[in-house]
Amino acid sequence: MAERSFAKEVEHLRLGDGETFKGEAILAITKGLLQAGVSYVGGYQGSPISHLMDVLADAKDILDELGVNFQSSANEATAAAMLSASVMYPLRGAVAWKSTVGTNVASDALANLASGGVTGGAMVIIGEDYGEGSSIMQERTHAFAMKSQMWLLDPRPDHSCIVDLIEKGFQLSEVSNTPVMLEVRVRTCHMHGSFVAKDNVRPVFTLEDARNSPKRDLDRIVLPPAAYLHEQEKILHRLPAAINFVRDNKLNEWFGPSKGKVGIVLQGGMYNNVIRALQYLGLSDAYGNTQVPLYVMNVTYPVIDSEIAEFADGKDSILMVEEGQPEYLEQAVNTILKRRNHTARVQGKDVLPMGGDYTVQALMSGIGAFIEQNHPHLLGNRPPLPDAREALALPEVEKLKSVVPSRPPGLCTGCPERPIFAAMKMVNEDLGEHHVSADIGCHLFSILPPFNIGSTTMGFGLGGASASAFGQKGGKRSIAVMGDGGFWHNGLTSGIGNAVFNKHDGVFLIVDNYYSSATGGQDILSSRATNGNRKTNNPIIKAVEGVGATWIREVDRTYDVGKMKKVLTEALTTKEAGPKIIIASSECMLNKQRRVKPLVAKAIKDGKRMVKERFGVDEDVCTGDHACIRLSGCPSLSVKQLDDPLRDDPVAAIDNTCVGCGNCGEVSEAAVLCPSFYRADVIHNPTWWDKFKARLSMTVVNSLQARRSRSRVAVEFA
Amino acid sequence: MMRDETVRLALAPAGDATERPISIAIVAMGGQGGGVLTGWVVKLAEDAGWVAQSTSVPGVAQRTGATIYYVEMMRAQDGRKPILAQMPTPGDVDVVLASEFMEAGRSILRGIVTPGRTTLIASDHRSLAISEKSAPGLGIADSSAVTDAIGVAARQEIIFDMNALAIENGSVISSAMFGALAGSGALPFPLEAYHAVIGTGGKGAAASLRAFGAAFERTVAMAETANAEPVAPAATPAPKPDAAIPRFRDHRMDTLARRVDALELPRPAAELALRGLAKVVDFQDLDYGSEYLERLERIHQIDQMLGDATASETGHAHELTAQTAKYLANAMAYDDIVRVADLKTRAGRRQRIVDEVGAREDQILHTTEYMHPRLEELAGILPAGFARWLQRQTGLYGWLDRRIDKGRRVRTYSAGWFVLLYIVGGLRSWRRASLRHATEMAHIEAWLAQAVQAAQYDYALGVEIVKCRRLIKGYSDTHERSQSKFAKVTAAIQQLFGRDDAAKWASRLRETAIRDGEGGDLDGLIKTIRSFA
Repeated sequence: MAERSFAKEVEHLRLGDGETFKGEAILAITKGLLQAGVSYVGGYQGSPISHLMDVLADAKDILDELGVNFQSSANEATAAAMLSASVMYPLRGAVAWKSTVGTNVASDALANLASGGVTGGAMVIIGEDYGEGSSIMQERTHAFAMKSQMWLLDPRPDHSCIVDLIEKGFQLSEVSNTPVMLEVRVRTCHMHGSFVAKDNVRPVFTLEDARNSPKRDLDRIVLPPAAYLHEQEKILHRLPAAINFVRDNKLNEWFGPSKGKVGIVLQGGMYNNVIRALQYLGLSDAYGNTQVPLYVMNVTYPVIDSEIAEFADGKDSILMVEEGQPEYLEQAVNTILKRRNHTARVQGKDVLPMGGDYTVQALMSGIGAFIEQNHPHLLGNRPPLPDAREALALPEVEKLKSVVPSRPPGLCTGCPERPIFAAMKMVNEDLGEHHVSADIGCHLFSILPPFNIGSTTMGFGLGGASASAFGQKGGKRSIAVMGDGGFWHNGLTSGIGNAVFNKHDGVFLIVDNYYSSATGGQDILSSRATNGNRKTNNPIIKAVEGVGATWIREVDRTYDVGKMKKVLTEALTTKEAGPKIIIASSECMLNKQRRVKPLVAKAIKDGKRMVKERFGVDEDVCTGDHACIRLSGCPSLSVKQLDDPLRDDPVAAIDNTCVGCGNCGEVSEAAVLCPSFYRADVIHNPTWWDKFKARLSMTVVNSLQARRSRSRVAVEFA
Repeated sequence: MMRDETVRLALAPAGDATERPISIAIVAMGGQGGGVLTGWVVKLAEDAGWVAQSTSVPGVAQRTGATIYYVEMMRAQDGRKPILAQMPTPGDVDVVLASEFMEAGRSILRGIVTPGRTTLIASDHRSLAISEKSAPGLGIADSSAVTDAIGVAARQEIIFDMNALAIENGSVISSAMFGALAGSGALPFPLEAYHAVIGTGGKGAAASLRAFGAAFERTVAMAETANAEPVAPAATPAPKPDAAIPRFRDHRMDTLARRVDALELPRPAAELALRGLAKVVDFQDLDYGSEYLERLERIHQIDQMLGDATASETGHAHELTAQTAKYLANAMAYDDIVRVADLKTRAGRRQRIVDEVGAREDQILHTTEYMHPRLEELAGILPAGFARWLQRQTGLYGWLDRRIDKGRRVRTYSAGWFVLLYIVGGLRSWRRASLRHATEMAHIEAWLAQAVQAAQYDYALGVEIVKCRRLIKGYSDTHERSQSKFAKVTAAIQQLFGRDDAAKWASRLRETAIRDGEGGDLDGLIKTIRSFA
């Protein structure tokens, strides 16, 4: 598992009754699952869910003790399908992924699951990647929960509340025979906090029990006429059961005074920021003693009509705080009140932003406007609100706007994908630009400076598929890129298999870096590490050959830019029909460094001969053109201004974070750039033979240097 | 240390109700240890019995992108835990820690550094963004803009190179920033509490403590100095005393140096001339230095003539000479394989690398050069006549080129390769007879002639033409491309003769050419110029 140990985190999972857990919420959720007595856990990594997957992958001992089956699923659809174990058996199970992307992939299985319903509690942990810093399209999972009828839990950002809702969520799932989603936003997942733990629970009914006494029930399968019955069940039984459970167990919360002219209804996840906004407005203290009645929806679907109506009673207006669009909840609240002829006015997106993060600032101005319009007296002696506008308007700050450069993410130092895209850029110079369909993964950074390669990205593993319209013969070929992660996620079938079948005349580049790197370096089928719990070392080429591809080239050291260039050129120009598949492999440098660095340090300490490599630039030779950087973007390759009035432009420079991958040298050689790069090899613990050779050649070197120094006019200043 | 906004609410109890937590934003780039620092700050508060909450959105930002960590801390009161916000609110952040100078600038633009509230602790080292690095020519952002903004936006500022300090102490920047935070006094915790957080066990704890301590002391000392000299108006930097013009160590340079003195140039121009002289002598020999000075003297003479006429109105006196001193030296010290071999075999070079990689006595250093000479470069050092003949033998030339044009890994300090490089470096004696030399000299003469011709009518335009030499750089392909840019620009400038704003357009042409293809559109600009010229 990527050579990174989560041993410390695993220990958190062992905490017993009454002990205090301190750490990230995503880890608290992991612990919560064990406390709830799950039998199986699956999922697909991706921010902010990776940590849950990583820790469970390292927690084999604990999971074995509890009889929990943990799987890193092939993709989110696999994970969702895994929940079918809870359909016939009283087994609790949870799966996790990044949403909405993961939910989209899982939708087929989820819709089937939700239609037939479940016996055991089934829960999807949704890492809602929405708002600032998100890496995906801005959408809400809420729509999916509604259309398939899965209950959506949206707990307050508080470890105790989240963990408690996991336990309650399983119960809710069981009493209403419906799978539930636990939605946690990115900031909440990474939030450090604490809660009082309980003992882990070993399930009474085990997976083995299920296997030993299998059950089937045709009514639970989505086939007519059962499918029609499912819809009636959803309406007549499951929804009322859920509503009763949510209401009876008080999953939603009320804060503040029971009466008031105005009140606020909010998603649980908005709670902390709403309190702060109220505090700025002088309407709450830091401990949540609010002057405004709050109805906190820790369950955002189903909406509990009676609770909404009750909350609205006696109020002139209520504000719906609902992050993201469209305003499903605001519409629901309006419908509920209208049907009851309730006169309370509902506001929401008219005073709050339609899209984007509900930051404290956004909430403060929205809530402020709402109260100003409906109950201005409440704002009383208006305290000054935090405001940066004055500072931002200062001319010195204004000027900064055009100075501070943007900082797009890029490939790590020594990344094996850098030489691939450098080679692609060079091939473009020879053969012209090609259409490139990109995929999801580290290699997507090729779309940003300095490479600027790639026109579209349609979804994980879909790089190949998204080139399929361009598969006819003639003209310039398209290039489809996918990573090894995407390849195993679905790209083998959706991309490669499809291209073989349709005789697609294009180039398919599979970037194999031995891990699912972008999500933290998890092992996958083709990982080359040995993993005691999984079967790795299944080469991509065998899979590609297996689906019938014939033109396949492997580049087993991506740093060989010359070879990479040659293979790409061949793929783009060969007469052979069908897909041209290139598998470019080298280990993810981040993971390699984690793996190799301690080994090298130990070997050196033990007196073994070791060569450490890094690159450098001869600054007198460099002319400051920076073409090398435009083909690289390596974080360790930078520029520096020389203290020489004769030179205008800064020269290239390599800092000591260089890992000696070789890309700089290979690129400058392949692109015929300049001879200023050198690789410096330092031999630690040299052998007598090393020393002998070095002494011999240095004698020659020194005497020649001395000879030339004598004849040369020294131009140093005194 | 709780902040207490005394707000007179129209409602019952104010008092404690308006306490707010201490808020800290850490702005960092991926891989800078922002997460570690955040963890330390949280532990610091928790150890003191406070409630602390941190949040972040690492996402893809973990790979060199900019990211922000946010911590709030507050005491629990009567068993009630405070509700802490999940993101900083502009105008209400107590401490901002920025691990890089432009990131400090970005935090100001986010509105989280405000004069009424914020202590800004920032390292003023730069880690260049990709756009700054990849720009052809000079693309580095102006740090002084950040300094100016900090001056007006922060309540308290603690700015120094925390990265260098961390490296000096064998640690990473997060330790130094933690030390600066402790030294700032922004948080109500004693020094020992910080020490306890770093701990003594663990990998690198000793180094972390060293860097922490050094940063702490530096911060405290800075505060004391600031207090000692209350509100000293920003001193205008004293003009540098006119230090003596540098002298050469080697007396063989004296005759040439005296010729520079004889020009009686103002100091900056004189220094350029001396450095230029040094560069060309280093490139070839004393005679070559003399050639350099002959050309420079010629330009100077014209400059004197023009200067007398134009100095009063344009203030350009000696600008032509100064710019020629600079660019002529660069032009004469052109990049050929002899120069590369010479630079790579020098004694000082090996020592520089040893220092850079930190190789010790008991270790052995090798270097490998990545060279890709083409036949053009090799033919360039052949005697001009022979080289031209060879170029005409297309079959033979192609056959040779196929054998030569490939990447070569040169083990610099192996005896065999070193001797070869040494011999190539020694071809200096052939150089004057070579094809490359003839081409370069003709190019220089044409360039200077154009500049002089222009200067006679339009002094500023002449200077601009001299500066166009900056366009020529690189080796092989890059060199060819840069030469064609130079040719395009100088040809376009020729069309500008006679216009009042010719110099302005020439300068724009040059700047655009530098960025051509990377945000600059030279052909487009030339088209525009044709439309009115």
